[in-house]
Amino acid sequence: MNKVSNQSMEHPAVSDRAIDSLRLDGNAAAGLLSEIFASDLTVGRAKCAGCGATRAIGALHVYSHGMGMVVRCPGCDGVVLRVARTATHLWLDARGAVSIVISGQS
Amino acid sequence: MVEVLPETPRTRTVFFDVPGWPGHRAGQHVDVRLTSEDGYQTERSYSIASAPGESRLALTVERLDDGEVSPYLTDELHAGDQIELRGPIGGYFVWDVETGGPLFLVGGGSGIVPLMAMIRHRAALLATAPNSATTLKTRLLYSSRNWDEVIYRDELSRLAEADPTLEVVHTLTRTAPDGWTGFRRRIDRAMLTETAWAVSENPRVFVCGPTPLVESVSGTLVELGHSPALVKTERFGPTGTPG
Repeated sequence: MNKVSNQSMEHPAVSDRAIDSLRLDGNAAAGLLSEIFASDLTVGRAKCAGCGATRAIGALHVYSHGMGMVVRCPGCDGVVLRVARTATHLWLDARGAVSIVISGQS
Repeated sequence: MVEVLPETPRTRTVFFDVPGWPGHRAGQHVDVRLTSEDGYQTERSYSIASAPGESRLALTVERLDDGEVSPYLTDELHAGDQIELRGPIGGYFVWDVETGGPLFLVGGGSGIVPLMAMIRHRAALLATAPNSATTLKTRLLYSSRNWDEVIYRDELSRLAEADPTLEVVHTLTRTAPDGWTGFRRRIDRAMLTETAWAVSENPRVFVCGPTPLVESVSGTLVELGHSPALVKTERFGPTGTPG
C-alpha cells in the first residue's frame, strides 16, 4: 500500500476534489509525530479547540503537504495540529488542541 | 532487502531482514526514506504485510509509474541492498487478539495489505488456539478492478478453504472472468448490508483503500448503525486509483 507521507507529494492539488482525495487518517502522521513525542500519539485523544469534540488522534483527518502535515478535526474541520519540517527544524503548532491525553492502553 | 516476489502485474512483495526489529502489530506501517546523492530526501509510508512474529518483514508495494519511491522498491532494489526504514508506526489501525471479533475487513486494491497482516496474524493465532475461531469469525470484502489484480488471491482462497470462520468476498469493478458469479460493482450500501456482520454483534471493522472508497464505506457503515468507535479507517493515495 502506498500513502503519500510528509515531505513531498506526487500529485499537485489542483481542485477541491483533489484536495479532498489527499485526505488521510491521523494514523498517517504517526511517523512524523514520533520524532517529537515519546509515545504513539495516534492512540491518544485530542480535544478540538474549535468544537470541543474529543477524538482519537488516529481518527482525525490529515492533509499532507510539501513541508509537513495539517491535522484537522473531522467534525468542524478546525486545525488541531500542524507539523512542518524545515531544513533545520521540526515545527509543531498545537494551539488547536485544548488537551492531548495519552494512556497506557490504546 | 532479501527477496522480491511478484504478487500481481503491478505489485511486488519486498522482504527485509531488519536487525533489531522490535516486532510489530497487525495493521502497522513503516516509513521508507530515500536519500539521493545530493541530499534530497523523500519518504513514503507502506503497510506491513507480514504477521507479527514472522522472521522477515514484508511490504507489499504497488508500483506507481510517476511515483518517487515505489518504482525504486519494486524495480531497482536488489537482494543485499539496504534502505532506511522507520517503524513500526501507528497504534490506531491495528488488530490483535485482545481487540476481539467478529472482524469485518473492507479493502480496496492495495488497501488489502494491512488487512492481510491481520488475517495472517489471526490464522497464526487459530493454529495454536482453535477454540477462539468462533469469537474471531472474520469476513473480508475486497474490491479489485479485475481478477488479475487481486493481491494475495491464492493465499486468501487457501486460508478461506481451510477455515470455515473466514469468508472472503470479492467484488470486481472493471472486468470479470467468464462465469464470474460474484459482485461486479463498487462497494455500495446494499453490498455492505449483505456482507457486514450484524450491528448487534459489535463487529470490529477495518477499512483500508483509496480515500473515496474508505469514506464511502465507513460513512455507510455508520449510517447502518455501526459505532464510529469500532470502524477504523486507513486512507491512502491521492487519487481514486488504488496506490
